Amino acid sequence: MVVERNVEKEVEVEYARLRIPFGPVHPALKEPVSLRVSVRGEEVIDVDMVLGHVHRGIEALAEGRNLIQTLYLIERICGICSHSHTTCFIQALEEIGGIAPSERALYLRTLIFEMERIHSHLLLLGVMAYEIGFDTLFMFIWHVREKILDLFEKITGNRIHHAMNTIGGVRWNLTPQIASEINSCMKEMEKAVKYVRDIFTDGTVEKRICGLGVLDYSEALKLCVVGPTARGSGVDIDVRRDHPYAAYNDLKGNFSVITRRDGDVHARIEVRVLEIFESINIIRAILEKLPEGPIRPEENVLRLMRRIPEGEAVSLVEAPRGELFYFVKTDGKGGLRRLKVRTPTFSNLIGLKSMLLGCEIADIPVIVASIDPCLSCTNRVTIVDQRSGESKVVSLDALRRVVREK
Amino acid sequence: MFRIVSRGRIKSPWIFHLNTGSCNGCDIEIVAAFTPRYDLERFGCLLVGSPRHADVLLVTGPVTRQMLPRLIRVYEQIPEPKVVVAVGTCASSGSPFLGSEMVEGPVDRIIPVDTYIVGCPPRPEAIASGIITAVMSKFR
Ligand code: SF4
Repeated sequence: MVVERNVEKEVEVEYARLRIPFGPVHPALKEPVSLRVSVRGEEVIDVDMVLGHVHRGIEALAEGRNLIQTLYLIERICGICSHSHTTCFIQALEEIGGIAPSERALYLRTLIFEMERIHSHLLLLGVMAYEIGFDTLFMFIWHVREKILDLFEKITGNRIHHAMNTIGGVRWNLTPQIASEINSCMKEMEKAVKYVRDIFTDGTVEKRICGLGVLDYSEALKLCVVGPTARGSGVDIDVRRDHPYAAYNDLKGNFSVITRRDGDVHARIEVRVLEIFESINIIRAILEKLPEGPIRPEENVLRLMRRIPEGEAVSLVEAPRGELFYFVKTDGKGGLRRLKVRTPTFSNLIGLKSMLLGCEIADIPVIVASIDPCLSCTNRVTIVDQRSGESKVVSLDALRRVVREK
Repeated sequence: MFRIVSRGRIKSPWIFHLNTGSCNGCDIEIVAAFTPRYDLERFGCLLVGSPRHADVLLVTGPVTRQMLPRLIRVYEQIPEPKVVVAVGTCASSGSPFLGSEMVEGPVDRIIPVDTYIVGCPPRPEAIASGIITAVMSKFR
């Protein structure tokens, strides 16, 4: 024991072990998370994560509000996958209340869901391009993404928080004119994403991201990562196929689950790019099959809300980042007794440590971005792996420069 | 001399963006405002990575307890004269997170705010116009 300690000390003296605080306010991270990275030379030897900067106490807030207020509150858990959150919540409520939404409503939910997936994946691909120092591609992808936001605005009236779901259905209907617009937009989207795929398989980009941040199959299974991060490591899971919700049961033939075996940053990117094509296929199928009928019950939502009895339910959806889980317990008077949200990034962040170990400092932002962290929904825990180490602060700007130059 | 500096500030305000617990909606719209469709950079605006280089502080989110000291520190690090813009409803008024134990905001309870941009999230055009209005009136 004593001998070992001595050895470690020697190493520290030799290499001047640095601890680099990375965040919470850091230009490479759009959201506050703080990573304490210990390095030896250029190599990362330890990662601590401190979360909780964005903790707003939403679950506690929800317990003091009624169901309709909660619906709009939980939409604000995350601005990227807002529709996933409300769908998941509403599904649980509908299960408790025994309310069956109409077919058309389910299809419309799925439509927004898939559009959201495209928008979220494009957003990530843009950020990824930015992290590897490819600003032109970043601008291009975000320009393409605006088209999806335009469609959102036409359908629901808002670009980010769609407020589409309501108890027993959806709030906005689809006119034939918008449907044809969606169709033509999907055509453009397909062309643009093909171009993006070509760039991400280009030699220079591949060299930058291949073999980086590897999370192999057994590790991915052990750490229970979800979504594209898991699928990039060869774990074949997808809630849409495994536990179909909304209209996915009818659409089973229209998409396939994409997996890659490599488990590196490139694999995760590839999974996302190909998933956009699948989403485009699903949207086309939805527009083709869209049944007629009412989109929401005649009854006033407040009355519906009061009719929901006491009970509990769990609900699962496949958000753009992976499996999103809700546990809802109602009190029978239109309020909530308990709400529990488990978001995909929370599962994926745990995988981050195995990805980062052994990589270089300049790769940290790229790897962090590759799991598509959405921290606004994740902040509930603190993962601290304490180890003593000399601390020396390296300026964030300097780090940033290193990252962009590589 | 002073006039040249102040003209420079108007022509090219540098912006630092701080997320104090927002839901990402506003943050994305801020980034979107810098991308080709809205292109805030044509006004000379630039997102910078350090508060010490910035003239304008964009704050999103209702200021959670953990971000409170950091917000104050970032505010103090920005050199005078500075403009603070609260982006989004939750930065301007705290709603819908008002009443939570963990929320200390809205932003103007903690630092002086020059311009409020409301909307949940505001459109990129609104963000652009808010920043320009703030800069024009404060740095004149
Ligand atoms: S104003 Fe709305 S969109 Fe913006 S950060 Fe707050 S909750 Fe999110």
